[in-house]
Amino acid sequence: MIQNLHVRKKEENRFSLNRRQRKLITSIVAAILLLGIVVVGALLDEDRIATNLIARNLAPSFDHLFGTDWLGRDMFARTIMGLSLSVKVGLIGAIGSTSIALILGMAAATMGKVADRIISWLIDLFLSVPHLVTLILIAFTLGGGFKGIVMGLVLTHWPSLARVIRAEVMQIRSAEYVQISKQLGKSRGWIAVHHILPHLTPQILIGFMLMFPHVILHESAVTFIGLGLSPHEPAIGIILSESMKYLSAGMWWLAFFPGLCLLMIVQTFDRIGENLRLLLDPTKSND
Amino acid sequence: MRLEAKNIGFRYGNGPWLFQHVNLTVEPGEIVGLTGPSGRGKTTLCRILSGYEKALEGNVTIGGLPIASKGVHPVQLVFQHPEKAVNPRWKMGKVLNEGGRPDIELLDLLGIEQEWLTRWPGELSGGELQRFCVARALGAGTRFLIADEMTTMLDAITQAQIWHAVMEIAKKREMGIIVVSHEAKLVQRLCDRVITLTDPN
Repeated sequence: MIQNLHVRKKEENRFSLNRRQRKLITSIVAAILLLGIVVVGALLDEDRIATNLIARNLAPSFDHLFGTDWLGRDMFARTIMGLSLSVKVGLIGAIGSTSIALILGMAAATMGKVADRIISWLIDLFLSVPHLVTLILIAFTLGGGFKGIVMGLVLTHWPSLARVIRAEVMQIRSAEYVQISKQLGKSRGWIAVHHILPHLTPQILIGFMLMFPHVILHESAVTFIGLGLSPHEPAIGIILSESMKYLSAGMWWLAFFPGLCLLMIVQTFDRIGENLRLLLDPTKSND
Repeated sequence: MRLEAKNIGFRYGNGPWLFQHVNLTVEPGEIVGLTGPSGRGKTTLCRILSGYEKALEGNVTIGGLPIASKGVHPVQLVFQHPEKAVNPRWKMGKVLNEGGRPDIELLDLLGIEQEWLTRWPGELSGGELQRFCVARALGAGTRFLIADEMTTMLDAITQAQIWHAVMEIAKKREMGIIVVSHEAKLVQRLCDRVITLTDPN
């Protein structure tokens, strides 16, 4: 007999939800939070971040939750608008890149030797050059701005995920249940959608989750060298790179709060992705 | 509509011939046993007959006509390992209906319970999964069934239940069956005649 064994009874749970329900609710709350930031950021008007030279370099207070910067702009409003923009860029970039990776990975593994050669060569080509170089090239060619930077991000972040998906599809398509499906008269397309795609969800979700912060950081890097968004647009990358100059002057709040918010956003994404993965995994269906 | 294999020969890559000049005829409603030592090509022959592999020599016909490569194959194979033959990310209901919706009578014969249909494959035992594989293979378009060590890893009671169900269906639909097994007693009990694959040399 174990003395201190504590058996948790159902009544002791404050909310009698099982783990799946809790995961689902956490994911929904996190998604609402993210959407809220995007919407609020889009609704805030430019007046909220107007220059006010009387209220320069103020430390955080109840008037200015995150303080003000060297031009007297309210950092809270700037941070929210910046996050909104960054989440938007990150989402479009990561979703676009993941789609390209999925399509090319599937095509390489299912459409025969020639397609595989071409796509593998393309993956190697993109992987052999650092992301940032191709990104700058594409953003520059398209004339910078929101469109340029988003297209650049979409077109540069897919190769490693595409390679993972290709390997995974190659493994699944030789599985017995796929061969049986073929003998039961199912078409290639049907098998790809019903048999192979469900197996790719963990790879896609994790690839997407890892890509999202990556995309945001690259966006800020390109913006930093002046090829991305214009400097008066309050993207998180711009705020952070500007703040660096003022850190040594003791104005910690300029970088601290926006950085913390970015971290929280990335964490929220991570939580959603992880929860979704667990919710979709049959072996975890009874947790 | 007899299943006929004429002059079948097969080898993997440039290796030695696994078998050559194999002739096999199965009439509808006939139950044929296929035995032989390990590695003589029983499974390969089954895979050729059911269209998973193409014979390098000879051809397989049904009722004198070659089998179309598209659509439901009239010769269905049931594998030895049901865990591998079922997509782990599908609920059992979807697995069951992949080859067309089987009737309740067949499910009852095989002992498949309605409650299982909403479960994931990982939540059923090997014997339960194998019943699903058999039911899936017994779709409306199936003329011949090949049971490649179908019940080897099951206990005697489950074996008896599955074979009883399959025999009943076969009799009703005039379906030919090829039974591959190492178990001499089982083959003797079930089959009208037995073919033994021997060393090609």
